[in-house]
Amino acid sequence: MAVYSDIVIEHFQNPRNVGVIPDADASARMESPVCGDLMEVYLKIADGRIQDAKFRTFGCGAAIASSSMATEMIKGMALAEALALTDERVADALGGLPEQKMHCSNLAASAIHKALQGYLEAHPEGQPGK
Amino acid sequence: MSDKGQRMIYLDHAATTAVDPRVVEAMLPYWTTQYGNASSIYRLGRQSRQAMEQARRDVADILGAQPEEIVFTGCGSESDNLALRGTAWASRQKGNHIITTPIEHHAISHTLLQLADHFGYEITCVPVDQYGVVNPDDVGRAITDKTVLVTIMYANNEVGTIEPIAEIAKIARAKGVPFHTDAVQAGGSLDLNVERLGVDLLSLSAHKFYGPKGIGLLYVRRGTPLLPTNTGGGQEMGLRAGTENVAYMVGLATALKLAYAHLEENNRRIALLRDQLIRGVLSSVQYAHLTGHSTQRLPNNASFVFDYIEGESILLGLDAQGVAASSGSACSTGEAEPSHVLTAMGIPPRRAYGSLRLSLGNENTAQDVQDVVAMLPGIVHKLQQMSPLCPGATALA
Repeated sequence: MAVYSDIVIEHFQNPRNVGVIPDADASARMESPVCGDLMEVYLKIADGRIQDAKFRTFGCGAAIASSSMATEMIKGMALAEALALTDERVADALGGLPEQKMHCSNLAASAIHKALQGYLEAHPEGQPGK
Repeated sequence: MSDKGQRMIYLDHAATTAVDPRVVEAMLPYWTTQYGNASSIYRLGRQSRQAMEQARRDVADILGAQPEEIVFTGCGSESDNLALRGTAWASRQKGNHIITTPIEHHAISHTLLQLADHFGYEITCVPVDQYGVVNPDDVGRAITDKTVLVTIMYANNEVGTIEPIAEIAKIARAKGVPFHTDAVQAGGSLDLNVERLGVDLLSLSAHKFYGPKGIGLLYVRRGTPLLPTNTGGGQEMGLRAGTENVAYMVGLATALKLAYAHLEENNRRIALLRDQLIRGVLSSVQYAHLTGHSTQRLPNNASFVFDYIEGESILLGLDAQGVAASSGSACSTGEAEPSHVLTAMGIPPRRAYGSLRLSLGNENTAQDVQDVVAMLPGIVHKLQQMSPLCPGATALA
């Protein structure tokens, strides 16, 4: 088993933002091409900012902790900021991830990007910079 | 004790075991006072040789073998490597075909892969059924005049299924093909008598039965074609060069004797705990399935898959409550694919991700079983509630 930081373990034990938002403004389902892990993300968006975020994840400890941390990080962010979220930043916030687990933080960042891109296609007026 | 000070429940005896203090005691003199080289002619060396030969006789007695058929090695993996590569090298004139199964330990499968990729060997994998059992008739049908070895494990490390190796050995012998079995998981609980089993080569590892890590053995039936893979000073009947590790040989032999002194009594006690564990988990955890055969399995192995969740996260949940266990899941082993054992048994990949192996041992009690059966439903339920795959979750298309 991979050796995890205390932050990863803490987020795994007490994941933030678990659940669904039935009237979400944006949502996405993403499957990791690497290991088959799966994440669903739900976002409430208003005034160009993410007001709330929830997730459900099928995956290992790193995938669950990354989902928890990434959704926690984007709450309150402007859309452009959230679109710029990278897997490295999620991993850093978790106190680092083992090399073979970096794709788990990538899953969380990618799922959020996918939800936001879907939102921006449906709401072109919300494009960052417009 | 775990981090938070709660008591540890160790349920990973298939991974390794603690060394029995009586084994440590028996080993101690051979580092400090009886340290002689077993190949030296003077008294100190002779004493080492005597201890080594006694260890070899003790092991041979339990295996029903001759002492000179016991080759000590550095570990179970080395024994497997020697059996496969040594046979392949010695039988090059006869042929280049080896028969195995898709559920072998990597010490077997990766060695065979190398023989296939770099040395022109052809490997046939006979299938296993949904319980992980090989059909001996399939082995018979796979043998050709180019077959130099059949290698099939005695008991599977992930799901605990016991293979019908005595029947397979009979078929191989009738066709004049040597038969090797990786008995690393079977050592310490199943019959190792090589005459009853009819095997020609058999691998064992001491640390699976309360002996030290760093020593294994390969039984080599007299007359079996085998070349050494480690050459040098001619130790171990010329099959494994290197100064003899007398302390560890004594350790292996002592541990094996202790394990086989009370075998049936021990197996009965542990199998009872296993059955309580299996019943408890299946009746209290949602979406739980037993993996492996229901009766034809190691007395200490309780292995499961849980739908909609991933094995490593179960291990972390158990670890937080002081329980040490294993999973064959991809994410716990650092690989991207789910367990090759479970998928070979026809378990769909997504379900195979949620595997858990609980393996009991001598120090486990009925209380341990009760405690794990009490904590597992909560751990699994929490993860299933978090999973987008679990029924009841609001699924996105």
